[in-house]
Amino acid sequence: MNIFLFMISCILTNNFIFSKFLGCCPFLGVSSKVSTAASMGLAVTFVMTIASFFAYMVDQWLLVPFGLDYMRTIAFILVIAALVQFVEMFLKKSSPGIYSALGIYLPLITTNCAVLGVATLNVTAEYNMLYSVMNGFFSALGFMLAIVLMAGVRERLESSKIPQCMKGFPISLVTAGLMAMAFMGFSGMV
Amino acid sequence: MQEGNRISNLKKVFTNGILNENPTFRLVLGTCPTLAVTTSAINGLGMGLAATFVLLCSNIVISMLRKFIPDKVRIPAFIVIIATFVTVVQLLLQAYIPSLYDSLGLFIPLIVVNCIILARAEAFASKNPVVASGVDGLGMGLGFTLALTLIGAIRELIGSGTIFNMQVMGAGYEPMLIIVMASGGFLSYGLLLGIINALTNRKQQQKEAE
Amino acid sequence: MSLITSTAPHIRSRLNTQKIMLNVIISLLPCALAGIFYFGYRAAIVMAVAMVSAVAAEFIWQKLAKKPVKVNDCSAAVTGLLLALCITPTAPWWMVMIGSVFAIIIVKQLFGGIGDNFLNPALAARAVLLASWPARMTAHIAVTTFPGVDVVASATPLAGGEASMLQLLFGQVPGAIGETCKIAILIGFVYLLITKTITFEVPVVTMLSAFVLSWALGMNPVTTVLSGGLLFGAVYMATDYTTSPMNRWPRVIYAAGIGCMTVLIRKFGAYPEGVTYAILLMNILTPLLDRMLPNRVYGHSRKKEAK
Repeated sequence: MNIFLFMISCILTNNFIFSKFLGCCPFLGVSSKVSTAASMGLAVTFVMTIASFFAYMVDQWLLVPFGLDYMRTIAFILVIAALVQFVEMFLKKSSPGIYSALGIYLPLITTNCAVLGVATLNVTAEYNMLYSVMNGFFSALGFMLAIVLMAGVRERLESSKIPQCMKGFPISLVTAGLMAMAFMGFSGMV
Repeated sequence: MQEGNRISNLKKVFTNGILNENPTFRLVLGTCPTLAVTTSAINGLGMGLAATFVLLCSNIVISMLRKFIPDKVRIPAFIVIIATFVTVVQLLLQAYIPSLYDSLGLFIPLIVVNCIILARAEAFASKNPVVASGVDGLGMGLGFTLALTLIGAIRELIGSGTIFNMQVMGAGYEPMLIIVMASGGFLSYGLLLGIINALTNRKQQQKEAE
Repeated sequence: MSLITSTAPHIRSRLNTQKIMLNVIISLLPCALAGIFYFGYRAAIVMAVAMVSAVAAEFIWQKLAKKPVKVNDCSAAVTGLLLALCITPTAPWWMVMIGSVFAIIIVKQLFGGIGDNFLNPALAARAVLLASWPARMTAHIAVTTFPGVDVVASATPLAGGEASMLQLLFGQVPGAIGETCKIAILIGFVYLLITKTITFEVPVVTMLSAFVLSWALGMNPVTTVLSGGLLFGAVYMATDYTTSPMNRWPRVIYAAGIGCMTVLIRKFGAYPEGVTYAILLMNILTPLLDRMLPNRVYGHSRKKEAK
């Protein structure tokens, strides 16, 4: 598949949030401000790209040769947890600037289903190394786009007279639903 | 007397998960599977039961091991225990109910990162005895299952005109397709949450008025 | 600093809103009449159902939520009329009704009512209807100026139907009730400009960018601009105060985005007409556009009435 089309597909047409429901917890939880949403998006991008790479290697060089496919879920979640821990320590030492911006989001990412989701999807779609990493990176960009757009709208909603019973999660979900509807415009583009 | 107390306590723990702290409607945890699989009542039910099984088993095991797991590595340890049971469910479904396995797809392995399960391990099972943890897991799981089945049934009814694949709406009914699409998932969950909030608010006001 | 950039309207009297809304309704009359002229009584029924159910939904909601009832600001009527004008004349009454109720309750009132919605209510409702009943929404009929003549199912020019330039201009093509007759839309546009209800930049930039991009992509630019709901969307939907950016440059970017996105969706997407989604997507981007290009000092920027 053409790489450009693949990118459009990951970011817009098959957006992780709006068409696959992956990563909804941080999408709803960390989207009240644009700046924090952007940081969360960056952190997720970082981890998802690296996790795609390592999950691919673990799968190809460990699980498949030894016939341990059924251990995939456990193996992947361990890889991700270790990776997040490692990234956290590495950033703390090497670039405190990035660490202070992303630090608090990193532990949250272990349980972000987008990361485990993309690792599992890469295997089921039988992507090679390059496409696995690209899938991780572009899908994460799609996540970032969604969460930043959401934060923009939510900042605006702060001053609105939303009915009491809809405040918080309910109105965020309705907002996400309407945004997903607008994203349907991209369908068929790939 | 003490025995009676214990049982009423367990009852409280059990109903807590279904009503007061319903994971889907009150705590809003595990949104991803809730949104993704509730396109039909049967999928919601299947997902709910799978999660209940994992929740029950992991709560019991974590509670049994709670004195042996060092505090520092408890989260990774919990995740490994949860992932083990998820793998068990995955293999069981694949072998015995392949149709459900296919329709839930990616979201079965993703039960591992379902926040409800980790949250209960952290908040309840790691601090409470085995029986109470098991009851808590069962209550929370059933609360999740009921909520998912309810959302699934509503979406299936509006979006396909059926419930549990049985034709409910008349022949002339033209299903509102968007409800079973991605966008409709967010919309119906959000609206349902809003309605439940409105009902509980009203109940509270009535109580206060009395 | 995180100041909230909520778009206009900030504080305004009801009379003001009402006046603006009445202006919009007056400017829509040519389109509505053209729709009835070309598609007969069906068009009139769709418009009536849409307006009545929109106003009724707003009234009932405000009663139930114990809010002040403000249906006489006419904004619900405008939403209903806009929705009716951008759907097909064959739409059954229940579909029109669901659309109106969705627009008013879910897209507008749940977010706090007039001035607080982030999407254009009429367009969001159209998108819901299109996703839910695609066959109904694309069941277009050939124009007929004689009542009683059998309706003939027909394809819109965008969906492969044939039409000459003149037919496109005068709206003698199958399509949505108010979108086909470009002359009527232009008359309404001029009226809105004269009464200073809207400024020219959004519609003009939208049309220009669509023209240029379609040319660059090897499509017929004149047909692109004259077919489908692009002109109607650019004049009536994209200019909505609440859901478009406040200042000039963000507005220009917003409009260019609509024009380009429409052409891209038409060319590469699954839908023959993309203007609905293009405007909705740019609506979503609006809060960020407002943020990235901050407001000028009040009183300095060109006069832009709040609505």
